[in-house]
Amino acid sequence: MTQMNVKIDGKDCIGQAGQTILELAIDNGIDIPNLCHDPRLKPSGSCRLCLVEVEGARGPVTACTFEIADGMVVSTDTEEIRGLRKTVLELLFYEHKGACATCDDNGECKLQTYGYEYQVEDDVINCGSVCSEPVPNYTAGNEAIEYDVDKCIRCGRCIRICEEVQMDSALTFKERAGQAEVTTAFDIPLNESTCELCGQCISTCPTGALYERHAKGKGQCKDLKSTTTTCVYCGVGCQIDLNVSAKTGKIVRATSKTGVVPNNGNLCVKGRFGQDFVSDNRRLTMPLIKKDGEFKEASWEEALDLVASRLGAIKEVNGADSIAGLSSAKCTNEENYIFQKFMRACVGTNNVDHCARLCHASTVAGLARAFGSGAMTNSIEELKDAKCIFVIGSNTTEAHPVIALNIKHAVVNNGAELIVADPRCIDLVRFADMHIAQKPGTDVALINAMIKVIIDEDLLDKDFIAERTEDFELLKEAVKNVSLKEAAEITTIPADLIRQAAVTYARAKTSTIIYSMGITQHTTGTDNVLSLANLSMVTGHIGKESTGVNPLRGQNNVQGACDMGALPNVYPGYQQVESPNVQDKFEAAWNAKLSPNKGLTIVEIMHAIEEEKIKGLYIMGENPALSDPNLNRTRKALGEVEFLVVQDIFLTETAQYADVVLPAVSYAEKDGTFTNTERRVQRVRKAVEAPGEARLDWKIICDISTRMGFPMAYYRAAGIMDEIASVSPIYGGISYDRIEKVGLAWPCFDKEHPGTKFLHKGKFSRGKGKFHPVTFIPAKESTDKEFPFVLSTGRQLYQFHTGTMTRKSAVINQVSPTGYVEIQLDDAVNLGISNGDRVEVKTRRGCVETDAKVTENIEPGWIFMPFHFSEAPANMLTIDELDPVAKIPEFKVCAAAVRKIS
Amino acid sequence: MTQKSSSISDFVSWQQRIKSAVDAGRSQIIVCGGTGCVALGSESVYDAFESEIKKQGLEKEVLLKGTGCHGFCEKGPVVVILPDQFFYPGVKPENVAEIFKETVIGRKAIEELLYVDPISSKKITYEYDIPFYAKQQRNIFHNNGRIDPVDVEDFIAHNGYNAFVKVLQEYSPQDVIDSVIKAGLRGRGGGGFPTGVKWDICRKASGQEKYLICNADEGDPGAFMDRSILEGTPHAIIEGMLISAFAIGACTGFIYVRAEYPLAVKNTRLALEQARDSGLLGDNILGTGFCFDIEIRQGAGAFVCGEETALIASIEGHRGMPRTRPPFPAVKGYADEPTNINNVETFANIPLIIENGHEWYSKIGTEKSKGTKVFALAGKVKNTGLVEVPMGTTLRAIVFGIGGGIENDGEFKAAQLGGPSGGCIPTQYLDTPLDYESVQEVGAIMGSGGLIVMDQNVCMVDIARYFLDFVQSESCGKCTPCRVGTRRMLDILESICGGTARMDDLAKLEELAVDVNRASLCGLGQTAPNPVLSTIKNFRDEYVEHIEKRICTAGVCLELLCYQITEKCVGCGACKKVCPVAAITGEKKEIHVLDTEKCTKCGQCYNVCKFEAVKR
Repeated sequence: MTQMNVKIDGKDCIGQAGQTILELAIDNGIDIPNLCHDPRLKPSGSCRLCLVEVEGARGPVTACTFEIADGMVVSTDTEEIRGLRKTVLELLFYEHKGACATCDDNGECKLQTYGYEYQVEDDVINCGSVCSEPVPNYTAGNEAIEYDVDKCIRCGRCIRICEEVQMDSALTFKERAGQAEVTTAFDIPLNESTCELCGQCISTCPTGALYERHAKGKGQCKDLKSTTTTCVYCGVGCQIDLNVSAKTGKIVRATSKTGVVPNNGNLCVKGRFGQDFVSDNRRLTMPLIKKDGEFKEASWEEALDLVASRLGAIKEVNGADSIAGLSSAKCTNEENYIFQKFMRACVGTNNVDHCARLCHASTVAGLARAFGSGAMTNSIEELKDAKCIFVIGSNTTEAHPVIALNIKHAVVNNGAELIVADPRCIDLVRFADMHIAQKPGTDVALINAMIKVIIDEDLLDKDFIAERTEDFELLKEAVKNVSLKEAAEITTIPADLIRQAAVTYARAKTSTIIYSMGITQHTTGTDNVLSLANLSMVTGHIGKESTGVNPLRGQNNVQGACDMGALPNVYPGYQQVESPNVQDKFEAAWNAKLSPNKGLTIVEIMHAIEEEKIKGLYIMGENPALSDPNLNRTRKALGEVEFLVVQDIFLTETAQYADVVLPAVSYAEKDGTFTNTERRVQRVRKAVEAPGEARLDWKIICDISTRMGFPMAYYRAAGIMDEIASVSPIYGGISYDRIEKVGLAWPCFDKEHPGTKFLHKGKFSRGKGKFHPVTFIPAKESTDKEFPFVLSTGRQLYQFHTGTMTRKSAVINQVSPTGYVEIQLDDAVNLGISNGDRVEVKTRRGCVETDAKVTENIEPGWIFMPFHFSEAPANMLTIDELDPVAKIPEFKVCAAAVRKIS
Repeated sequence: MTQKSSSISDFVSWQQRIKSAVDAGRSQIIVCGGTGCVALGSESVYDAFESEIKKQGLEKEVLLKGTGCHGFCEKGPVVVILPDQFFYPGVKPENVAEIFKETVIGRKAIEELLYVDPISSKKITYEYDIPFYAKQQRNIFHNNGRIDPVDVEDFIAHNGYNAFVKVLQEYSPQDVIDSVIKAGLRGRGGGGFPTGVKWDICRKASGQEKYLICNADEGDPGAFMDRSILEGTPHAIIEGMLISAFAIGACTGFIYVRAEYPLAVKNTRLALEQARDSGLLGDNILGTGFCFDIEIRQGAGAFVCGEETALIASIEGHRGMPRTRPPFPAVKGYADEPTNINNVETFANIPLIIENGHEWYSKIGTEKSKGTKVFALAGKVKNTGLVEVPMGTTLRAIVFGIGGGIENDGEFKAAQLGGPSGGCIPTQYLDTPLDYESVQEVGAIMGSGGLIVMDQNVCMVDIARYFLDFVQSESCGKCTPCRVGTRRMLDILESICGGTARMDDLAKLEELAVDVNRASLCGLGQTAPNPVLSTIKNFRDEYVEHIEKRICTAGVCLELLCYQITEKCVGCGACKKVCPVAAITGEKKEIHVLDTEKCTKCGQCYNVCKFEAVKR
């Protein structure tokens, strides 16, 4: 980078080549007014407010577009410049009709700020204040976004963010000159356009022209109290501002600031529009105790006493291992820590697990074996600079929308090559150089074939293999007999495409693998993960910047829940329960006798209930009655267990089975931390008061523990984090004061440690990277005449998991009202099914009625169902066969039949 | 007929064959097929000649040719009979048989069909004697009235592609650039940037690929020289682009032409096909290893797409909106790669420079403005059409020499040069030589060469309003000063024309004009205030009169007109008869009365009164 000396208003500033005057000015605290600038966007120079004088230039130039040069002299505040800016502002007010007094954006609006700063005359501001008769525009009928043309200053930021950042290109200008206004392409309603309702357009609008429809009239920006916290949905960990009305105490709108890590002001539809659940009137406000099959409200004393006494009794009669607990990837690190400590130290069992079992258990198992650490190797930010991105089994734009922005950026702006391996033609395919639509459940065959190509064509990183890894010979032996032709038959992918993918991945300077449930949710999930680890190690694509193996975690704090040891085999920080040294350490730390045996996993717990081995079950913030495989069996178990406690914010499908329901507080009502998918520990902050008598999860657990004879008491969440840091080396340096502004990524061993951007630099966590020979094993259930379709389940963009939260949002329900099954066009024709028809999907385990969604984005013979909808629960159909190592069920493959319901 | 040449010698021998087949003494009937003449019915004239030739069985002896625009559009359909160059304006199909018999066969002029010079009132027989042509220097348009636009052989017979072949044989890319620099050619699109320098920047810019664009998005009202060149000699543009591509190292070119120019699009498309079929476009051109091809992209007619960055955005498939410069397209243009962009007329000059040498070229014109310039002469002038003169020719020579003076022997008031981005030149500057610098000094711009002549019946405030109305509605809406500023200015002008303005509105207008010029993003906005500023500068009294006295002397601004019947009225009743709203009353032979409340100011009474009794 070339340094450049620039004088701005007499101040010496040092900038980098390629920087604009505005960027340099911002860096140096020099304020240049601007309206069309957003650091996320390419400069446009359209508002003309940032005009400055540059010595030697022909006329005024826009600071946002003009690049600095060495020796440049800039004046930002001359008389002419101020005059021009004032004219520009007057012109904008001539166009902008609308009074600040009634505008929701009052307090945030930049036009308002500059109007005051430049003392634009009242008569100018009011000259256009008579609003035109409102004419329906493209946002009419859309629940999420409202466009008010009278407040629009045509800066084009909404259009640009939709095109440049979201890459959705739903918006454009129509007409010219004074008639120009924002709309969709061809002026169709937003509801029918390509809009994904991310609301990024609102986030960048400098005035109140674009606003959340539901937020209008609920409080002006100047009166809202903003609290920065971490989004509760997926694992990206977006920093989100909850703006709360002091009057109502409710969240009015969710926003985000540019510059924050990791999302830089970007949010997705769920983060921006999915916050209604917090103040939903169906929230649990009182403890409930089931009496004669019906829930009755109870006092906390009564409920806590009952839970403590029943669990205590079960422990006494059947032993500690007859009790199991499901912790929650939705809860904070502190709560997960307390929950597993309660299970281990108070109850005395390692039967603690959580939904990571259903998503990334195979990652934790596989990557820990290969590398020594089961997490994303790189930070989200590094994706932008990867030269090759291999996305396999991750529908990133829908499940991790904000991470997908980085992938798209890498491809579109940095020329990265993108390989997408997914049975469905997912949205990312639009950006991909290659799409590999492998048959569900054939990933090992695909990856082994790629490894074989890399070995055969000598694309190996031999130095890396020699210095950094072990057991390469075993892998070589295992793939010796792999043939590309055979792999092509198994995967249904042309051999040449497999070869091309292998070569592209191997040759790129920095290659990174992104994967998710498409890899993990198989009975061969661990094998799948191991083969990806093998692929990265044969090419040396690991342990470097923008280069690695990156499992995208699905829940806001699934990484943290694992880190906290809400797993049956490890204590916090992945310290093995079966290790006597570790056990000694925790017995000392907690002052309790601990079990030396590892506990049961989720599905094993359900099965153990059938065998009457588990009598008491404590579920905190999970909904297995919708999320677990083979629901008929799961629900039966939930009904059969002797004593069930469910602690949640809503009366979920699972809570219906409970003996005691304890009302907890939502993420917006508590302090704590979440650890996102890139291992970054981030703050969660209380923004609103909890409803009714709902209590903090960790306080509830502490109270029960105390009642059961193991006293636990903490003054506040920060103290719990201090205890976590003291027992978990990878969290050793984490404390609230250090993560106040930006979170830290573990491992962070001590107070001086800066956190770890990417893992395995120079040395793997386990020392040497270990190759594991894996061979292809077909999925447990294969199609036959009766069940001719391969059914996969997964997420969609708008809903989240069991819909407990997202289905409380009017915006989301408008766009995603109910479940469906995706079926390929030819298959649909053969079965006489039209788009929208009611169909029955049936497997050996169950049967579900839903709507058909006929598509060409899926291969013939394969069908897909989202699992969010209780009225069409996909998990009635899924198989509860498990991966032998990770015990993850095979959500992604089972045999199904479809028929039209007449 | 085309024939693929795979080497230079192939091409040379093909050209020789074509030339040797040409019979110079053969009778030729040239019918202008430019858009203007077509609109006036030249196609049926052509058809009539065709059937006449057939009838007479003289297909071999007489060659009938439809050509591009001859420039004298006002007199269309124009027919020229070669070899003598008999010139007939306004030919109708019923004249054809006689022309054929008398002039084509008999080689005699038909007196009553000849052109009458408006100045001398004499009949003129030959094309070269007509003052409109005689006073021009038609270098670019030389072939326009002579060759068949869609016959590559005809073009080659007229030494077409010779300059390109010369470049391939004798020039390095740098030689070409040096020649163009030394020739002193400046961009004809309006900016007047030295063409060779621009090529040099593009050649030296680093990029993976370079692109060449021909800007045929001619948007100035009244200007149509680029259309005429593309219609008449599309191969000349292809040749100019080939030479440019060779110089800068481009292998992909675009011609961005408005869809409203269907004939230009059609002829260019045919010419491109012929050039490809002849081995003059595509891979390994004439076996030299040079590769270049051209695509046509049609614009939807937005004025702003003539601005180079908006044009590039449009070619790329985006909404035609300009972006800030730098970076200039020569460094970062189409697909973010170095892109050279010139307009049609500029490219038309290139083969001339190469073929005749830069020394020859640089002798034409003034010290800083070389070559010829085409003006689209329009307005209140006797002869309208396309006029090509050496740079530096005075406005007077064009308006009174070539244009034949003011219509109806009126009084010259001003000429608007450079279209809506230009300015007006009043009487005192009639002797200004039209070159880039001089024109700018008097407050106008060369622009693409639109030249609209105005007489005493034109209101300069209304003219400013007209042009501003045009640019404001053509503003793309991207930047604030242009989008809103021009609208505000128009509001003020409308209030001046409407009689509701105050003097401080004029001050506001001037202030705003300066700010819009200084603060706008692209040339469209920056130059939009020019007509306003130049009319205020030269005709301030008219503005003041409008505002303070509520008078429009030219009688154009309706709101300011007040019709009255004076004592001169003899009571003939003519005005009463024509008044559409019965605002005039009065008995026969008595002075009539006009009810100003009812009057709609249509002016019919004024026009019909033979006694100058109606005043306004």
